[in-house]
Amino acid sequence: MVGAFSAISASPLLSPEGLIASIHVIGIILFIYVIVRRMQPLLHAQSDCRFDRPVERLKRVGKYWLGQWRHPRYRFAGLLHVLIFAGFLLLAARAFSLLIKTVAQEFEMPVLSGRSYDILTDYAATAVFACMIVAIVRRVVFKPARYQAPAEFGKWRSVDAVILLVAIAVLMLADSVVAATTLAKNDGSLQAVAMYSLPWLLRQLMQSNTAGGLANANFAGNVLHAVTFYFLLCYRPFGIQFHVETSLFTIYFSKLDRGTVKPVRWGVREENLDQVKTFGVKTFQDFTWKHMLDFYSCADCGRCAEQCPAHAAGRPLAPRSLTIKARDYAFRHYPVFGKFNNSHALVGTIYSEDEIWSCTTCGACEEECPLFVEYIDKIVDLRRGLIDDGKVPQSLQKPLKALESRGNLYGKLEKKRADWAKTGEFKEECPIRILNNGTRAETLYFVDSTISYDERMQAIGRASARILQASGEDFGILGAAEKDSGHEVRRFGEETLFIALRDHNTDAIHRSGVKRIITSDPHAFNALRHDYKDLPPVEHITEAVARAVSERRIHLRPLSDDTRVFAYHDPCYLGRHNQVYEDPRAVLDAIPGLKRVEMKHSKDRSFCCGGGGLMLFYEPKEERRIGVLRVRMAAEAGANAIVTACPFCLANLEDAIKTAGLKEKMTAIDFAELVDQQLVPKIPRKDSEMQYETASVGD
Amino acid sequence: MEILVCVRRVPDTSENEIELEGTDIARDELVYSINEPDNYAVEEALQIRDRVGGTVTVVTVGGEDEEEVLRRELAMGANRAVLLSDECFTGSDGRGIATILKKFVEKEKFDLILTGVQAEDGAAQVGGMLAAMLDLPFASLVNSIEVNGRKLKVSREIEGGNKEVNEIELPCVLSIQTGINEPRYVGMRGIRQVASVPIATLGVSEVAANTDSVGSKAAKVVRIDYFVPVQGHGAEILRGSREENAEKVVELIAARGGLR
Repeated sequence: MVGAFSAISASPLLSPEGLIASIHVIGIILFIYVIVRRMQPLLHAQSDCRFDRPVERLKRVGKYWLGQWRHPRYRFAGLLHVLIFAGFLLLAARAFSLLIKTVAQEFEMPVLSGRSYDILTDYAATAVFACMIVAIVRRVVFKPARYQAPAEFGKWRSVDAVILLVAIAVLMLADSVVAATTLAKNDGSLQAVAMYSLPWLLRQLMQSNTAGGLANANFAGNVLHAVTFYFLLCYRPFGIQFHVETSLFTIYFSKLDRGTVKPVRWGVREENLDQVKTFGVKTFQDFTWKHMLDFYSCADCGRCAEQCPAHAAGRPLAPRSLTIKARDYAFRHYPVFGKFNNSHALVGTIYSEDEIWSCTTCGACEEECPLFVEYIDKIVDLRRGLIDDGKVPQSLQKPLKALESRGNLYGKLEKKRADWAKTGEFKEECPIRILNNGTRAETLYFVDSTISYDERMQAIGRASARILQASGEDFGILGAAEKDSGHEVRRFGEETLFIALRDHNTDAIHRSGVKRIITSDPHAFNALRHDYKDLPPVEHITEAVARAVSERRIHLRPLSDDTRVFAYHDPCYLGRHNQVYEDPRAVLDAIPGLKRVEMKHSKDRSFCCGGGGLMLFYEPKEERRIGVLRVRMAAEAGANAIVTACPFCLANLEDAIKTAGLKEKMTAIDFAELVDQQLVPKIPRKDSEMQYETASVGD
Repeated sequence: MEILVCVRRVPDTSENEIELEGTDIARDELVYSINEPDNYAVEEALQIRDRVGGTVTVVTVGGEDEEEVLRRELAMGANRAVLLSDECFTGSDGRGIATILKKFVEKEKFDLILTGVQAEDGAAQVGGMLAAMLDLPFASLVNSIEVNGRKLKVSREIEGGNKEVNEIELPCVLSIQTGINEPRYVGMRGIRQVASVPIATLGVSEVAANTDSVGSKAAKVVRIDYFVPVQGHGAEILRGSREENAEKVVELIAARGGLR
């Protein structure tokens, strides 16, 4: 072999081995330097609590990194990625062994060596090469909409993606050239290659070459492989392919607890919050190191944006842009060469205020991201920063003030909080105890502001109460002692007000002495379950009803109206954030004669109604209403009635039905209202309440 | 620029029940907040200070309860808050309040004095009276301010939507209209952070006011009744479908010359 290179082996450094060894040394030094520089912002970032629960984290790595579990949610691109990833894993091992072999020819990779492994990697290289061609054709010819970067990012981003794909294709080609021209160890003949693989094809093409020619090709392949390998290694940290290096860590350190919001500062106890100088994220260093790692890891695939309801409505928000803009900022202000310069306010430069307020925190983006990039915590942190600076839209200031002074969004009197339970006939047929001064009950029905005060939504409260009564629940309410759960207050970044509301409610609940809590509002449900501490167990009404039905404590009569076709709309804070998908569906299916269809976007891919709580007051810049998009989806699925299990969803959907001009064709109803209408009554009711057989659902 | 903003604490009556008792509303169920136009005035003062330098002082006349709104304005960013408080101030009419403020202003030196256009439960008197008593130029209903050295360009909206721009020299008094800016948000955290900032409290002797010119004794305008008027007749209620109603409304407005 050496003989073939005799012409260029004058000095040791210029020898073939010397050349390749110097590529290694330069490449590795460069790579280490780039990574050390890229790590700098993370080292100066806010702390983050991600070193707990290693077993759970490793399981997640197994399923979502090694197992690529989320990728096939997008069938074609996902499977393509799974193939590429599998090929990469196989080839990474061979790449290392090849690189080592160029300097120490006798080296053999333990385990991953031998004939069958060679065949496997030959096919892997072929598959990855083919996938690269397909991916390039997709990007260049078919241009899927979700890859389209907004104009503000320029054209470079899509060119960059193609350059990287081409580089990988070249790497595969080089790898195959080496495989096609490597001599077998023992007899000096060419090493066997896998039938119909890329190395096989190359060997067919090079058959007429002399031994010297093959050796030169082998050398050239090795050099090309080394150069491309280090080019990719050192270039990836400058763009979307950095995830090849970072994804393992991003997934290992990803957020484990659904429905929660990060504390203002990790490691700062709540009672010491007053000493924290500024809240939230204002400049780049205010992000936690994990959030910065997210920025590096995003592959810019656009799945988050495609699932984002705010983006679909034309609001100035796309989760992916949020990440990409932060990454660009990091690259610009923590350059690989030169000084760091990082003290700019992010909102007002890379982000706009409208962008930050546009998010409904529905979680569709986080559910979709194959890399578990987090968005809600970042949005909340950015909002905390805006709140701290007093930059709050005027439309939100009034309800926030009302929450502070009256404990509800509307500024209504505390003493009227239980008025929904005091309407004429309802009061007699279903008297509700207010749990104070020694009045006790087993279960607390936590009402929250909207069902307490919004006239339309009060019907959900009454329906829920009748169901609880029918199912034999010993329950009561807090009345004037209840305040808003603060769920949206927290997610809109007003942590101090949230803490005040939470402490008030926690105290009221403890004083009531209840053993369980049931609520009809998924936002209250999520708050009590995840944002509050040390409360009795909390259930959503859909879970309570599902139990009551399966335990035969309540019975549901057949639906008399057979023209109705229902679609169940998953509220984000019941479904995605708390994984309650089946209970409401099981109850609906337990109503004899009820016809139900699924929308294309359902369960963990449910599409937000437009958002609840403070979001009802926010006046977004948008082209379409989110709710209207949702109502159209129900119509597309063939439904003429939407049933949901959240007062905010109901408000948004009823509103959207009118706006979309579907008033004659579509109705919306709450889960509790529907169940209440179908209850087989245990107690005799007044005549006026007995018209269920003929009443059509949704009236 | 040294700026003074005169503010008031008013009951938030938007969603509250008002029970009538003699010549006042029942106050135990009420929550209070800063008078909205005053909040805009403070925001405007802060913005001017941030542009041209100087300080912002907020002042109010009243009792201990008034500290709440002063603290809120401190949290917004005012440099100093002063409470003018004395037994003998109780029951002052608009002129009495203006007299107290005048005495305070004379003790200090301000380039610009802002008030809200009116208090939500007030009569829009104090700003104008204060200017007259201090013999300072006064512009009312101001909805934009541009500072050019010792001169200000101020504008106001004229009935019908036109805008008028006036030039006024410092020192002067301006009454500020809502909508001049977007006041910043102040949450509980902000207020807590200024909890220990001292608020100067000045009584009648400290502002050197004559006790005969303030308080209920000096009030020449005396409230004698306070009630919710009986709902009038003549309202036309449209009972058609949404589309019909919309058409009818357009027709009615056009018929009265509201649409061009």
